[in-house]
Amino acid sequence: MKLTPSAEQEQFAAAIHAMLTEADIPAVARKWTAGDPAAGQALWRRLAELGVTGLAVPARWGGLAAHPADLVVACEELGHHALPGPAAESIAALPMLLTTLGDDALCETWLPRLATGEVIGTLAVPPHVPYATDADVVSLVLRADEQTLRLGVPGPRRRSVDGTRRLVEVADGALLATGPAVGPAVAHALDAGALACAAQLLGAGHALLETTLRYAGQRTQFGHPIGQFQAVKHQLADVAIGLEFARPLLYAAAVALADHPPTAARDVSAAKVACTDAAQRAARTALQVHGAIGYARESGLDSWLTRIWALARTWGTQSWHRDRIRTALATGALT
Amino acid sequence: MSPVGTMNLELDHETRAFRAEVRSWLATNVPTTPLPPVDTPEGDRAHRAWERRLAAAGLSVVSWPSTYGGRDVSPLQWLIFEEEYHRARAPVRINQNGLFLLAPTLFTHGTAEQRARLLPRMARADDVWAQAWSEPEAGSDLAGIRSRAVRTDGGWLLSGQKTWSTRAAQADHAFGLFRTGADRHRGLTYLMFDLRAAGVTVRPIQQVGGAAGFAEIFLDQVFVPDADVLGEVDQGWSVAMSTAGHERGLSLRSPGRFTAAAERLVRLWCRAGAHADPALSDRVVAGWIAARAYQLHSYGTATRETADPMPEPPPSPGRADRPAQAGSTALRDSGHAASMTKVFWSELDVALHEVALDLLGPYAETGGPRPDSAGRAGDAGGADAWLDGYLFSLAGPIYAGTNEIQRTVIAERVLGLPRDRR
Repeated sequence: MKLTPSAEQEQFAAAIHAMLTEADIPAVARKWTAGDPAAGQALWRRLAELGVTGLAVPARWGGLAAHPADLVVACEELGHHALPGPAAESIAALPMLLTTLGDDALCETWLPRLATGEVIGTLAVPPHVPYATDADVVSLVLRADEQTLRLGVPGPRRRSVDGTRRLVEVADGALLATGPAVGPAVAHALDAGALACAAQLLGAGHALLETTLRYAGQRTQFGHPIGQFQAVKHQLADVAIGLEFARPLLYAAAVALADHPPTAARDVSAAKVACTDAAQRAARTALQVHGAIGYARESGLDSWLTRIWALARTWGTQSWHRDRIRTALATGALT
Repeated sequence: MSPVGTMNLELDHETRAFRAEVRSWLATNVPTTPLPPVDTPEGDRAHRAWERRLAAAGLSVVSWPSTYGGRDVSPLQWLIFEEEYHRARAPVRINQNGLFLLAPTLFTHGTAEQRARLLPRMARADDVWAQAWSEPEAGSDLAGIRSRAVRTDGGWLLSGQKTWSTRAAQADHAFGLFRTGADRHRGLTYLMFDLRAAGVTVRPIQQVGGAAGFAEIFLDQVFVPDADVLGEVDQGWSVAMSTAGHERGLSLRSPGRFTAAAERLVRLWCRAGAHADPALSDRVVAGWIAARAYQLHSYGTATRETADPMPEPPPSPGRADRPAQAGSTALRDSGHAASMTKVFWSELDVALHEVALDLLGPYAETGGPRPDSAGRAGDAGGADAWLDGYLFSLAGPIYAGTNEIQRTVIAERVLGLPRDRR
């Protein structure tokens, strides 16, 4: 049994962290929001050099055929840095979708280019993912339901609370696949997307905890750092507990996705529910402890807050995920 | 670069075989009717007898070295033992204060003589141990201890009052901290004493719900030989704190307890036909997720390859005759991280039982079975078990350091926030 990152996985995370720390993500995000994706695309290629974009791509198509645990480790870092761009889509869901579908022509066209970072992809999977994130600035847009997979034709933009999430309505384009193979492939993509999303939520939650700890140690009121007051301490302790106990569920979901299909849906959902709850608690607490400055954009908290508010409800709502667990438990899938 | 790593939840062959052995033994040996309550005279006898059977089968202290009656199993195997033990609804461990609190301290700070003299008897419940930490004026502020140990010929004389002492009404021995010097923390000594000795008076305290699970201990010039000082004189605080993680964390309330409870809760929910109630169902799901989170977290702790990122508590001074590598009793999460574990399991326990009582509805308060199928005893747990479990769970956020104290420890020692003004 192994349910914690190996030394190699920790080094991998550290390499991503080091690269993103130097990258001035806030500047990249501002440009991405303004519709200038060049800096973001450049960053994406650097992630590709580290292997991030090829993790879920089979070796045959130029990827690393990595274990989903590697995907989790990487996506947690992306969430930690609030990287703009469709990570759950391009790095997790799309490669899983195309691989599971097994159409060689589609795989050959897209997977090698997704792996190298030359192509960033996105997809809509109504009703869980109604809009295709960043469809107007990436070069592969798909639209999937239980029966069909199509190219997506970008339409009007929709506002997101997270400005970096360029939500786009997509209409049906050319039919790529239909038939009984599509349903399982889309289901697998939903699990992969939800897992990647959960990992980003956990990373974002940790970033907020770290930021808030720093602030609580510096901000002085009544002649003392506010981090000295128990009312503040205990809230932050609860944030730490929530994040600490969400992570093993994330790892177990990655294991189930790789090794144990019968419980994969249940375990991915448990991870998404727990990471969402932990991240939302981190967001509420970060805002509360920062006080008014946290509510002001200049604090920079909003890049994580708005990401959490958005990711908490996409790739399956809390009630949809709880319902999948409920169904599994009611049919005896207890362990 | 190729960042390919893996994770898995597969148990190795040896661990699977161990699980099978434990499961099979428990299936044949766990009493079919629950033993009388542990705090009654007949329950005391029955639970001691149960411990002797466990010990005879080599299953009472599986993680200890074989020298002391254990099986030297790995931390992961200890977790598996606990899962099987609780899933089988085996009796409460009457000697848990000894097994889970004192023994880890003996392994870390005890002398070879103390270990040889005390551990084998503890493993067979020949000696049942009570803890004697709290005092009327030293609860959360444990360093405020006033009971004194005064030097006398060949040992110490204990005087003072201990309270909320779990198991003291029936136990043979107790352990706790006593004041031997003026310094708040560096004037305390860890001592073990005989509860039947001259000068000891034990007064049981009735708990909410009627049980007599804990007691007051009055000490009047009670003699304790030097051989029963654990660790150095005046170093009792660091001796106790260095193993406080055992009390708060995994050892005291292992994940197996909660995964078993969550499984019974799910069965109760199915039998009660409560699937249609979305609010209750959500709480059942939340309880199952949290129990599984604790289980998976412990698997990670037990099998971690890399260094523990959490800070270790400061080491206490060693003793000359301490072996280089003392055997560990059980899985140990590092001291301060255990505070996170303690808050998590204690709140989980309350939540699981609250949902169960809501599922039992108007039958929950009766402490007896529900007339319809939902209250059938057995693998879903009867109302009596859930009600008793609920009362017990409510103590969790209070004992072993209140959850308020734990949150402060987490904030200061794990998260690095500045210390309170105390």
